[in-house]
Amino acid sequence: MLELYSLIILMILGSLVAIHTKYLLSAVISLTLVGLILCVTFLYLQAPDTAITQTIVEVIALVILIRAVPIEKDTMGRKGAKETFSAVVTTIFLVLFAFFAYRALLDLPQFGFPLMRVSEGYIREGLVKTGSANIVTAVLLDFRAYDTLGEATVLFTAILGAIIVLRKAGRK
Amino acid sequence: MIFFLSFILFLIGLYCVLIKKNLLKIVMGIVIMEYSVSLFLILLGYKKGGFPPIVTPGVEGTNFVDPLPQALVITAIVISIASLALIISLCMRIYQKYKTFDITKIRKLKG
Repeated sequence: MLELYSLIILMILGSLVAIHTKYLLSAVISLTLVGLILCVTFLYLQAPDTAITQTIVEVIALVILIRAVPIEKDTMGRKGAKETFSAVVTTIFLVLFAFFAYRALLDLPQFGFPLMRVSEGYIREGLVKTGSANIVTAVLLDFRAYDTLGEATVLFTAILGAIIVLRKAGRK
Repeated sequence: MIFFLSFILFLIGLYCVLIKKNLLKIVMGIVIMEYSVSLFLILLGYKKGGFPPIVTPGVEGTNFVDPLPQALVITAIVISIASLALIISLCMRIYQKYKTFDITKIRKLKG
């Protein structure tokens, strides 16, 4: 339990560094650090498949972000009345949001005792019905296979969009 | 209150999206929000003393953590990397055209 708290606090600190540092490259590195700590947290929460996926995706995201970042300082931290006003308004909004979210999060089931009304059936019948020893794979590729199909469609469309945006030959 | 800690991570990402003027910082805020949401869903499915949901002969069948959030979070992670690639390619095009990432200077619409 203590390990979990310290991992999440480490993630919060890493993301604070990522959003406040001047250099964009170190911000990208801090962001990747947060993602890798997230992998360790997934392992600690008994989710090895998710941790493996997060690791791979994290490395790809690092490559994509570093490709985009120019090696220069982020010189947009200037102060003015408008910036101060927007910072104050945003902080007030976030504090209100956090207050109501805290009230709402109290209604969730307690940590460590999940509601497993749907998953109980999957766990009981997963091996017999699908032949997969890994229940996560059984859910992903058999019980919720249409979700995976939709995911593949979204992936295809997004990569298609990225290729179209980045292609060299434009209309003359 | 461990759910609230992951919510604080979400708030940090939201603050970054609302305040920052650099396009890449905004993208980073979106990525932080994605991290916090997937962390929150996995936290919701954690069972105290549970095992990973893989059927092995030594482990009794009832003491697994919830496999459903894990499977759907895998879907969400893969979709997030695809959308990140699309966002970053748009940002690179904007940088080529305007030579800046400052969103207050990207206002001209002429092609």
